[in-house]
Amino acid sequence: MRRHSYRRTALGLVVLAATLASACGGPGESGPQSTDTAAALTEKPTCGKEPVTMSAYFETGFPMPKALTDKFSAQFPNVKWEVREDQFAVITQNAPRVLADDPPDLMRLPQVSELVKDNLLKNLDGYAKVFGWDSWPASQLEQLRMKPGGGARGEGSLFAMGLNFSVTGVLYNKTLAERIGMTSAPTTLAEFDDALAKAKQANITPIVQFNGGATGGFAFPLQNLMASFGEPGPINDWIFQKPGATIDTLSNQKAAQHLADWIKAGYFDRDANAMDYAKMMSKFQAGEGLFMFNGDWESGNLDKQMPGKVGFFPFPAEKGDKVAAMSAPLTFGIAANAKHADCAAFFLDWVATNADAREIAVAVGGSHPMGPADAPMPEVKKGTVTAETLAAGAAISQDNGAMDFIANATGAIYAKSWTPQLQKLFAGEQTADGLLKSVQSDYEDQVGS
Amino acid sequence: MSTLASVVEGRPATGPRAARGARRGRRRGQGWVAWLFAAPAIVAYTLFVLVPLVRTVQYSFYEWDGIGPSPWVGFDNYVRVFTDPELSGTIVNAFQLIVFFSGIPVLFGLAIAATIRRIATSRLAAVARVVLFVPQVIPLVAAGITWSWLMASDGLVNQLLSAIGLGGVTRAWLGDFATALPAVGVIGAWVLLGLCTLLLLAGMSKIDPALYEAARIDGAGPLREFFSITVPSLRQEIGVCVTVTVIAALASFDIIYIATQGGPGNTTMVPGLEIYYQAFVERQVGVASALAVVLVVLVLVCVLPIQRLTREQS
Repeated sequence: MRRHSYRRTALGLVVLAATLASACGGPGESGPQSTDTAAALTEKPTCGKEPVTMSAYFETGFPMPKALTDKFSAQFPNVKWEVREDQFAVITQNAPRVLADDPPDLMRLPQVSELVKDNLLKNLDGYAKVFGWDSWPASQLEQLRMKPGGGARGEGSLFAMGLNFSVTGVLYNKTLAERIGMTSAPTTLAEFDDALAKAKQANITPIVQFNGGATGGFAFPLQNLMASFGEPGPINDWIFQKPGATIDTLSNQKAAQHLADWIKAGYFDRDANAMDYAKMMSKFQAGEGLFMFNGDWESGNLDKQMPGKVGFFPFPAEKGDKVAAMSAPLTFGIAANAKHADCAAFFLDWVATNADAREIAVAVGGSHPMGPADAPMPEVKKGTVTAETLAAGAAISQDNGAMDFIANATGAIYAKSWTPQLQKLFAGEQTADGLLKSVQSDYEDQVGS
Repeated sequence: MSTLASVVEGRPATGPRAARGARRGRRRGQGWVAWLFAAPAIVAYTLFVLVPLVRTVQYSFYEWDGIGPSPWVGFDNYVRVFTDPELSGTIVNAFQLIVFFSGIPVLFGLAIAATIRRIATSRLAAVARVVLFVPQVIPLVAAGITWSWLMASDGLVNQLLSAIGLGGVTRAWLGDFATALPAVGVIGAWVLLGLCTLLLLAGMSKIDPALYEAARIDGAGPLREFFSITVPSLRQEIGVCVTVTVIAALASFDIIYIATQGGPGNTTMVPGLEIYYQAFVERQVGVASALAVVLVVLVLVCVLPIQRLTREQS
């Protein structure tokens, strides 16, 4: 008996030692080679005439990319697509490993900065030049630019593209709005506050907004308020990690305080801290809330589920002048070691310029297509949410009011800073001032490291 | 005869020693065969348990984002696990969960199992067994979603409370800073109660009925029977229950991930979930590995004494 257990221990030790020896040295030193500079192209790449199978990695629950690839295959029958789908959270977590180990030709991407730092994405500058993407409105692609190898976002080489760009704002239930006498969308912050108070008096939940789990949805109203009290520029600088940027500014303090006042007044559904995105959607669709801060990715869905009953407006500025909103391209990239990068780039250009593709971007995706400012716009039925979000998208790019999302500043800032802090704010365990200070200090830790 | 004898006895050295030698040889041969049979399991165990374990220990000494280069940082990650309140707080939460994951299921399980045993012949006992074991059969994801609806501010729990005049205490149980952890604990207790009850019931069935008869003749009531016969006889089963549930509490992940994802404001964050966030959201593979190693040690430190305590006298 004894000898057996000794032998077992000895064997265990041998195995452990052997594995340790074989695993010596730090992990992950052999990353993919840097592709710092994009190859200069003299003519537009194509998918050729030979049969080609593109590997793609898309987000579950969003049919637009699949609709686009199907259409593309119909026009270019030699191109087949092998599509793999996952939830966005899964894509976010797996992105570096997938791009390194099994590089897809086209992939839905989370925020790009860490991927660029690890040289996992193809530098698209060469394609941008030859296809003329550089002449599009600069704000469309700003969020996808970065200096090769890392640094601040917002300028430098292009590392990803959008399939369309989405706009966020306020969705409202028209039936409930009528009950409080709100006949048109509020155009100033005071008007919006007034609608909230009236709804509360009428025993209608003024705002149904998710803030539970690991995704604090109160970041939506908070950032809208920030843009309402201040300028989008400094907020973008902070998100892009420009040196010296801070979120703890005077106008942002006003915004956070205003949000705290809304919470105190009881304007939010009182389950907010236990509500996830799906639950918020089902509550809004059941008519259990007047306003919801959300984006145009739901406009197609709402036009189908509650036709004619939902409206959309960009959040009004304090004084009602310029409008700013979170607006981001639906980001797709090409892996640094992708086998068919040229064909993928050709596809991305086709999405922005082909009339059928632009139609799909609007009809299926519900958002504004990418591309030159004067490109033809598909027809949309008036009075639909889609029509209102498209109009808002146009207004925002006219006012140059597009902002990235404050949750995208670093990889961990949303789950580990904004979310717990906003949950504390809702529970009355954190002050507006403390919220911004705490997030800023986490941000400095993360950016510094 | 002589030739035969010389063949049988003469060639090998001497009689008894030869026999011993042959036996030893055979045993050695059998040993190799035994190892051969065990080989697939050993290979799988090495590949899927030992190697990841060693790798985790190795990663815990580096700062690594999962892809790029990884500088050696010594024990820095471990220092962070114990000094960063966000990380050490998760360990405190896990210990609080033990009360719900172990305490409630084992105590209630004992009481329920004793009750079911007393009514063993009635149909009610069979129904009770099924009802209690259902949580083990329902997928945890479905259970988590159901519970989050039950505990919402307009959910069944609050409707019942309002109906009996306790409208004042109603709240979004999973979204409230004070009640989120206990609320998650209740879900865990609900899941594990059935398992413990079933284990204890099985243990009770092997207790000699004569013991109860003797006790009854000596004038023992049901309570006395329970404490003097049932509980001592179930020493081992209770040990198994406590071990399994303590591990479930310390290494909990699924229930929390579904019900609260660690929120609100980190009040329900446990080491298992934090490891996942550190590794896949923050991309701090080193810190995640260090916390994982600490968790393994913690589980062993808690579970080994329980094993010893419950085994000694059997």
